[in-house]
Amino acid sequence: MSLFTLQDVTVAYQKQAILQDFNLSIGEGELVSLLGPSGCGKTTTLRLIAGFLQSKQGKFLFREKDYTKVPVNKRNFGFVFQNYALFPHMTVFDNVAFGLRQRKVSKASIKDRVLRVLDIASLKGFEERFPAALSGGQKQRVAIARALVIEPDLLLFDEPLSNLDANLRVNMRVEIRRIQQELGITTVYVSHDQEECFSISDKVAIMNKGIIEQLSDPATIYRQPKTKFVADFIGFKNFIQFDSRRQETDGIAATVQGITLTVQQQDNDTGLVGAIRPDDLRLYPLDAAPMTVENAVQGKVLISTYLGRSYQYEVKTSIGQFTVNDDAAAAPLANGQEVVLEIPKKQIVLVD
Amino acid sequence: MREKHIGLGIFTFLVFVFLLGPLVIISFTSFEQGTVLRFPPESFSLDWYKNIFEVSGFLETFKVSIYLSLAGNLLALLIGIPAAYALNRFDFKGKALLEGIFVSPIIIPGIVLGFTFLRFFITYYQLPIYAGLFIGHTVIMLPFIIRVVSSSLANFDFSIEEAAVSLGASRIGTFFKVVLPNIKSGIIAGVLIAFLESFNNVDISVFMTGPGVSTLPIEMLTYVQNYFDPTIAALSVVLMIITALFMFFVERLLGLSYFTKR
Repeated sequence: MSLFTLQDVTVAYQKQAILQDFNLSIGEGELVSLLGPSGCGKTTTLRLIAGFLQSKQGKFLFREKDYTKVPVNKRNFGFVFQNYALFPHMTVFDNVAFGLRQRKVSKASIKDRVLRVLDIASLKGFEERFPAALSGGQKQRVAIARALVIEPDLLLFDEPLSNLDANLRVNMRVEIRRIQQELGITTVYVSHDQEECFSISDKVAIMNKGIIEQLSDPATIYRQPKTKFVADFIGFKNFIQFDSRRQETDGIAATVQGITLTVQQQDNDTGLVGAIRPDDLRLYPLDAAPMTVENAVQGKVLISTYLGRSYQYEVKTSIGQFTVNDDAAAAPLANGQEVVLEIPKKQIVLVD
Repeated sequence: MREKHIGLGIFTFLVFVFLLGPLVIISFTSFEQGTVLRFPPESFSLDWYKNIFEVSGFLETFKVSIYLSLAGNLLALLIGIPAAYALNRFDFKGKALLEGIFVSPIIIPGIVLGFTFLRFFITYYQLPIYAGLFIGHTVIMLPFIIRVVSSSLANFDFSIEEAAVSLGASRIGTFFKVVLPNIKSGIIAGVLIAFLESFNNVDISVFMTGPGVSTLPIEMLTYVQNYFDPTIAALSVVLMIITALFMFFVERLLGLSYFTKR
């Protein structure tokens, strides 16, 4: 059962539609990330759910009730902002207590609940500090505690870690995931950082130009992108435009310019674009290629770049140019060298 | 090692002489015992300070000036804070124009403004003298309130407003609980500056005052026209001290740099 649903929602800003007939359903207790490049509508979607934005058309259903016109302050959703948005004139305690005071909770109960949530957020002993005296990570933990203390029906994160340095980001996302799972709060998380989304989410929605290109669990998206955009976004750098495809016993045989490649894939019935990551391709010198090479294509090294951990090669073949990352341990290939390119049939995927 | 510029030193010294010289002279002459302004004074007395309180008009117009500043300030705040908020918070058509209109009383020469007010409020609408003064002073205080509160709001992160609303506060509650406390120092500074502007104002008041109603600066002008004794010098010293105390509090509150920004 889904907790909330966005139904055919349209949001426009100065006549330009940002979301058009947008649909999204999220289940109880899930952490769903909205991931995409800037301008894809992910923040708009989040602000729409929060109630900061009004949709022109469509409905927002929450627990089967129509929430479309419910104002922000009556929704009981927690929102965590990118810049923390702490109240600078209040102590940590008062910041966290703010939501409870709006709800006219008794003084004793406020103290109880604030201290408990500060404990969860590992902020014990910081009650009397002002936000200006906190580090970035501490500020963000206060912001999370402040959103959690009202026991929200839904928790919303708007790029909460993008102002933190790299190490802290990793720690904080583990924290966020821990707290979310401990309390079982349904969460929508917006980010443009792929690793961040994949590491904490039950499901990831990849967005592009106001639509969701794919909504799946992270592993599925990583292995089986549905569309070319998703594939490109998550690092499938090489694309092959096939002319035709047909089902064979050992997989799909996809053909381009007389060359047929085998693709071992189950869940795509129409796609004609082959996609593969630079890491998954193999290169062999023409005279040293083993007999077992799958989907062998002959080519020539154009550029080789040393990346430290590996070499990156630009390889020109009759079906297009490929970027290949190959192990640095192997003997490096020279520019202009004739090579055999292996496109493993398990790694290549067909996308729409 | 810091370089020494003799030329710059002399220049700075001259600027100070130019700025502070008259004040020093006024201060000295106020202690003169004779009935004529004289520098350097030839004798010492505090008689003219006593005289301030014996001339009937001064104390009375001092009160008028104070009440006028306070009442005008209150109205200017009621208009100015929401206006500054709207100008900083929202983007709308005609924003630049509106901003220009609000600030225009600083740019338009006071004498022009004063004459216009006379023409409209007194001659045309026949408003009572106090009402005309009140409106006139509110108009000249408004830009200061808006400017100073605006510069406070420019540093204000409006997403904390959204945070408050998302935590259950109403829009109005958010303004009082979150916005106002964060621009408090700007409001106080605006009030102090506007107060001085109104309290020292001559060009508007000179047109708006009438029979039996005057402000302190106008009363002083009238006095000087009739008498040339050091009472005015003594009163000027008193006013200087009041102004200096005011500026001291503003400085302590925010630092003067606050007004040179933007």
